[in-house]
Amino acid sequence: MSATQVRLKTRKPWTPSQIVLTLIGAAVSIVFVAPIAAALFTSLKSEAEAAEIPPHWVPKVWTTQAWKALWETGNVSNWFVNSLVVSVCVTTIVLVVSALAGYGFARTEFRGKSLLMGVVMSGLMISPAVLGVPLFTTVQQMGMVDTYWGMILPQCAPAAMVYILYKFFQGIPRELEEAAFIDGAGRWRVFFTIVVPLARPSLAAVGIFTFIASWNNFLWPYMVTNNPDLMTMPNGIATVMNSYGIQWAQLMAGGLMAGLPLIVVFVFFQRQIVAGVAHTGLAGQ
Amino acid sequence: MTTSAQSVAVPARARTATATATVRRKQGFQHGGWFIAPFLVLFALFVVWPLLRGVWLSFTDANISGEGASFVGLDNYREALNDQAMWDALGHSAYFTLLVVPCITLLAFLLAMLAHHIERGKWLWRLCFFAPFLLPSTVAANMWQWLFTQGIGLFNETFGLDTPWLTDKSYAMLAIVITTLWWTVGFSFLLYLAALQGIPDHLYEAAKLDGANAWHRMVHITLPMLRNITGLVIALQILASLQLFDQAVVMMDFGPGPELSTRSFVQYTLEQGFTSYRVGYASAMSIIFFVIIAAVALGRMALLRTREEGTR
Repeated sequence: MSATQVRLKTRKPWTPSQIVLTLIGAAVSIVFVAPIAAALFTSLKSEAEAAEIPPHWVPKVWTTQAWKALWETGNVSNWFVNSLVVSVCVTTIVLVVSALAGYGFARTEFRGKSLLMGVVMSGLMISPAVLGVPLFTTVQQMGMVDTYWGMILPQCAPAAMVYILYKFFQGIPRELEEAAFIDGAGRWRVFFTIVVPLARPSLAAVGIFTFIASWNNFLWPYMVTNNPDLMTMPNGIATVMNSYGIQWAQLMAGGLMAGLPLIVVFVFFQRQIVAGVAHTGLAGQ
Repeated sequence: MTTSAQSVAVPARARTATATATVRRKQGFQHGGWFIAPFLVLFALFVVWPLLRGVWLSFTDANISGEGASFVGLDNYREALNDQAMWDALGHSAYFTLLVVPCITLLAFLLAMLAHHIERGKWLWRLCFFAPFLLPSTVAANMWQWLFTQGIGLFNETFGLDTPWLTDKSYAMLAIVITTLWWTVGFSFLLYLAALQGIPDHLYEAAKLDGANAWHRMVHITLPMLRNITGLVIALQILASLQLFDQAVVMMDFGPGPELSTRSFVQYTLEQGFTSYRVGYASAMSIIFFVIIAAVALGRMALLRTREEGTR
């Protein structure tokens, strides 16, 4: 207790430049938060008030009517579950598959490895935005249109994540594994008992980034399903809720339901997420 | 190979534990192809195969059902190159990229400098600047669509304007750009912040001892140290911006915008494939787009290589 107090007292003083910077920071932050706050306020207005001209920020009459209506139509809870199922599956598969592949590329020798690596890296340039139509017809041919697997599997071959883990595994000193081989441990044992524990921060980074990307993915689920029962949050909100006469209060409530879980998680795991995003991004260097 | 060579070279009686250990060690790193197999299966099915299929389809007049496609040679490509609508869509994507990339790079840098130099409440600034990135694109787009709507939107109200952001050709793309800046700058901001934190303090201390002022330290230490990350941010942003789709379609109610002014390349391709059912033609455009994206990516690699050679 006393230690913390001492630390608080020895904090740096408010110099003029710090005051100015903090004020600028606060002003910019307000600009960044304002749209989210506006959405929150709007979701707490009645539909009539949300469409009033001229508009105002704070509701005159606070009501949770939009949130209730959202629940009662039933679709949104479905979408939420779908989003969760898809993101959890994608994250799990990506973690397993890209950890194995990253390790394979970093630590094994076989003929044509560098060629294969080159092919995989060229996959960095391919996304559903680039190859949407052929990807769709492929998935269609496999009979996976309007299925969970159709949404999940095409998101599970990210060359970027393999590359990140490949770079990480390359940085682990070989001696650790060699010592284990000498002791008679097999490949898989070495991988699971030595390599994976060492890679935990990198795996967390990949997992976090994959989860965010998959939770927020709009384009691919939009292409692969028209079925309102199968839609994910971003997809359902954008297509169903936008389709017959926008009800702004409900739309904002739905948007917040899609967006807030990640923001709340972010508040609690800020350090890991920041490290994760920075790590995945920086690996592209 | 190595194993047999060793067992010949080393006399039998000298074959101690060390020799076996070497053998084991070497063997340990062999035969690991299986590690890659699961990824390769997914990669082959959902990346390589669609690409090859796209190339094949682009030479056919396939429709969405996939039946009765016949080979038409280069017709699709010929048509695409003469299709004014395709060039317009490509122009919109390029225009968007041209507006977004410099703005986002500069803004991300400034925000990172700000968050790095304020001593208190770092987590709060990080949270505020980064939070929008955590929203789904469609949600961010809906929020701004509402803010920009003439009459009921708070944007005009707050700034005392009466601009027809979403319904006028000269403002629509700008509205999408503003939305995108707000929504995605957090990612580049974090990259810059991580890079700033990675600059060793002793550089600044040494410069201070030599009498360099804040401006000099910024120009001669901070900016050069951030050169690599700037290259990365710009490259990632170009690739992402060229693929504009989500924000634009949601803000324009899934239409092409006022006078088709916000129809992006991706949107036009998908319209051809899924609305007009011209899968062959859409595939040809996808391949053209792939070539453009690949050219950008390879261009960056070439640039990096020449720069590395230059510094050596």
